Amino acid sequence: MTDGFIPAPIARLPWRLIFLVLALGGFGAVVLYSAAGGHITPWSASHITRFSVFLLMAIGLSYFRVEFWEAIAFPGFAAILLMLVGVEILGAVSGGSQRWLDLGIIRLQPSELMKLMIILATARFYSLLPAGEIRRWNAIWPAAGMIGLPAALVMLQPDLGTALMITAGGLTIMFLAGLPLRLFVIGGGLMAAALPVVYSMMHEYQQKRVLIFLDPESDPLGAGYHITQSKIAIGSGGIFGKGFLNGTQSHLDYLPEGHTDFVFATMAEEWGLLGGLFVIAMYVLIARWGMKVANNAPTRFGRLVAAGLTMTIFFYATINLLMVMGLAPVVGIPLPLVSHGGTAMLTVMLCLGILMSIERHSRRQSGL
Amino acid sequence: MKRPGKIVTGAQQEFTFSRRAFFLGGAQATIGAVLATRMGWISVVQNDKYALLSESNRVNLTLTPPRRGWIVDRKGVPLALNRTAFRVDIIPDRLSKPDFVFGQLQQLLRLSPSDVERIKADVEKAAGFQPVSVAENMDWETFAAVSIRVPDLPGVAPAQSFTRYYPDGAAVGHLLGYVGVASAKDYEKTKDQLLITPGFKIGKEGIEKTREDTLRGKPGAKRTEVTARGKLVRDLATRADTPGDTLKLTIDAGLQQFAARRLGSESGSVVVIDCLTGGILTMASMPSYDPNNFSDGISRGEWKMLQEDDHVPLLNKSLQGLYPPGSTVKPMAALAMLQNGVDPDETVFCGGGYRLGNRTFKCLGRHGSMNMRSAIMKSCNTYFYSMGRRIGYDKIAPVAKMLGLGQEFVLPFTSQRYGTVPDSIWKKKKFDKDWSQSDTLNATIGQGYVLTSPFQLAVMAARIASGRMLQPHIIATHEKPAAPLPIPAEHLAVVREGMDLVVNGAGTAVRSRLPLADVKMAGKTGTAQVRKISGSQRGQSGTWKFRDHGLFVCFAPVDAPRYAAAVVIEHGLGGARAAAPVAKDVLTYLYDPDAANAALTSLETAWGGDIKTRMARKTAAWKSANQPSIEKKGSVEDSEFAKTVKAKTEEQQSPTTHPSQADIIATPRAPDPLNGNASAPEGDD
Repeated sequence: MTDGFIPAPIARLPWRLIFLVLALGGFGAVVLYSAAGGHITPWSASHITRFSVFLLMAIGLSYFRVEFWEAIAFPGFAAILLMLVGVEILGAVSGGSQRWLDLGIIRLQPSELMKLMIILATARFYSLLPAGEIRRWNAIWPAAGMIGLPAALVMLQPDLGTALMITAGGLTIMFLAGLPLRLFVIGGGLMAAALPVVYSMMHEYQQKRVLIFLDPESDPLGAGYHITQSKIAIGSGGIFGKGFLNGTQSHLDYLPEGHTDFVFATMAEEWGLLGGLFVIAMYVLIARWGMKVANNAPTRFGRLVAAGLTMTIFFYATINLLMVMGLAPVVGIPLPLVSHGGTAMLTVMLCLGILMSIERHSRRQSGL
Repeated sequence: MKRPGKIVTGAQQEFTFSRRAFFLGGAQATIGAVLATRMGWISVVQNDKYALLSESNRVNLTLTPPRRGWIVDRKGVPLALNRTAFRVDIIPDRLSKPDFVFGQLQQLLRLSPSDVERIKADVEKAAGFQPVSVAENMDWETFAAVSIRVPDLPGVAPAQSFTRYYPDGAAVGHLLGYVGVASAKDYEKTKDQLLITPGFKIGKEGIEKTREDTLRGKPGAKRTEVTARGKLVRDLATRADTPGDTLKLTIDAGLQQFAARRLGSESGSVVVIDCLTGGILTMASMPSYDPNNFSDGISRGEWKMLQEDDHVPLLNKSLQGLYPPGSTVKPMAALAMLQNGVDPDETVFCGGGYRLGNRTFKCLGRHGSMNMRSAIMKSCNTYFYSMGRRIGYDKIAPVAKMLGLGQEFVLPFTSQRYGTVPDSIWKKKKFDKDWSQSDTLNATIGQGYVLTSPFQLAVMAARIASGRMLQPHIIATHEKPAAPLPIPAEHLAVVREGMDLVVNGAGTAVRSRLPLADVKMAGKTGTAQVRKISGSQRGQSGTWKFRDHGLFVCFAPVDAPRYAAAVVIEHGLGGARAAAPVAKDVLTYLYDPDAANAALTSLETAWGGDIKTRMARKTAAWKSANQPSIEKKGSVEDSEFAKTVKAKTEEQQSPTTHPSQADIIATPRAPDPLNGNASAPEGDD
């Protein structure tokens, strides 16, 4: 792995991943430059700054030992859960929905951190669970509670997208931990059966989003506007795109949220199918790297966490991409590392930091 | 698959993990492939569709109104054309200092506060790139004053456009109609974007309306790049408009104008028809409105003035005015008598009246022994009473209809009234009463139930003069010669001789001989009674609107008829006195325009100026009397116009014999046949 010329601490970094992340983040900066009409401000510059700081932070996190993540899994989960309750109470007091806590210095969005903590906490739970218990009831209910409680709290905010991601993250861990397969098959069937009930419990604007997802052209100027305009932007780009800075959908404001949730459409309009395939490939490669880390991890906790975090990152990107291409309802999830906005990038960088820490740990274990 | 209850070890768990992780990895790859496929589907397969949608998002089309086709007379002289007009618009998007700009514009254009309010409201409503009209039809100085300040007035766009211009003004008002801004209803019907484009006008009345398709043309387009919020980014290529087609009429512009001017301050109508083709040379109805004013949208005050005028300037009297034709129908009646075996040389003795039972139907004079020719010349009622009674009106009515009375013609006008040619069946149906002898006597001399329009009288004159079934038309086309009338030439000759004598013999219109050496005019006077004669009121004096109408039909030259005309002067007292002199001057104009113009100029000096001057004076007088209610009006005018005309049209679609219409068009009451003491209506002077 080392070849003498490069100092060992640098050579030991997971360069493969860092290159992938740099490629995505850098491309994001370029797209945001265009989204601002060919200006580095207001989005591109802050994106670069944030990206650099968070990447350095992630590399910093990679020096933490896996034991540290094991240690903070439960206390951290409890703390974030409390914050979610706090947000609920604050929201109830101020009479409106609220998603963040104002800590003075930063606005903390606990639901975002919960995406990460749910992985750590459930993974910790299953790593502590004796192997023989895995087919027992005891293997299910604590984890189900750990997932259901925060998911319900986030649903109350209401933030369907995040709640789904928390649930999906937790279920991924349960699946990988080795719970009987039939639980997932039956569970999936029950979920499908429960869909109408869930639908009827949704807020009106959420129901509308689902309906419009099923038929976006039914309301091209109203709530279907986002999806319609996004598809126009992607579709009009063709194979090679309209060229850098030549997008009309984004520059003439037809594409809403062109720098955040719909940044992929902004990109695809100017870079075409090739740009799109590049971005998709980057995420698939990052996911592949993450799954490899999971397979190589020496401990059960490391394996579960690595696979869970990889899936979280992948969910993030997939849900966004499905949404902008009209395959999923508009749920308001940004494209990590590319979209402008700090919260999603922070979450993903934290995931990557922990992943790199596990990777470093497994290399140490394998005798380096 | 593991069976439930099986003891699971750590190693097995590890194995399960790698299997399931492998499954997840496969799922990730699958989803990646799905995403890539979906993206390819949208951006490659459906690229055309989305590229088009993107383009239609980006580009906004602003229509530029097409130039309207000209309307020209038979010689190509323009009757309606387009004049370059100066206008100032505001492009709301580029308006960066509204308060300053409005202040400046108000000063430069002398806008009233209400104008400014209107403009501000329009700017707020407008889509951003869509220009909002500030002022139209400005003079060049004002336009230049705004134009040179444009660099300091962001958002202000001085522009040249075209407005409809009618050089002959009021003289062609009823003939051509006018143009105006399309109404909301028009837009609802077609949803044509052009209709709501600033500066676009559609035909509202007359030929302008009925030939809209020919005249409109195709709009040009200005393509602009706009943002989602309608903000203008830049101008793209533009497409020029296609002007409408020129419409050629059979009208003689000079004659039309002359006839309108010659009518002076009278309320009346002149129709001249080409005896060779049936083409309408002139169709003047006065007083009229100036279509130039209407095209800009007239003021409420002006509208009210026109509406209140007892000379009904809003009605095209040539086609929509109905009058008892009086003695002008005697030549026609004579043709019917000849057809029914009356010998033209047979005489009737006129002792000043005709007795029917215990009633005397009076003649205007004691004419003595009258044959057909002299009876036409002298307009002897007694002869026509006697002969009419002999053959019966049911024999006369078909001839009247054949010559055009009571008929509707295919003409490009919004409405025509066809009047009444009565007969026994008609009376039975209408009043459930039998036709009486006195009905015959009244109808024979063009009174009673008979109602005709000036246009029909002109057609009758033209058909008698030409001996052909002329089909009147106003759009210039190559018409085939009309078929001959089913009337023997010798019958027509008798009647034409009688009409010749009216003017050139010892007839009723000898004072209206043409002042020309080689052209003689033949004609027939008519005086139509407006209301029942009571006491000393004989329709020859007193209130204007109860005076008799003066009518005259004529043709010239006598020996080879080329032109036929009808003149109706409302309440003009008599045909010879009011109508024949007008006909004389109009026909003179056709042969010697200079002499006719000279005569007219001296007349106009006596009347107080030409049409425009007199109308302006009238408007000013009206305004000073009705000061407070003068404001600019919008599109209300069309509906009101339509209402006014419709009301009048409906009223007379089924003519009644009640004088209730006297305030609109004086319609006579039929002489009461039951009242033996009432004197019969008199034919002539």
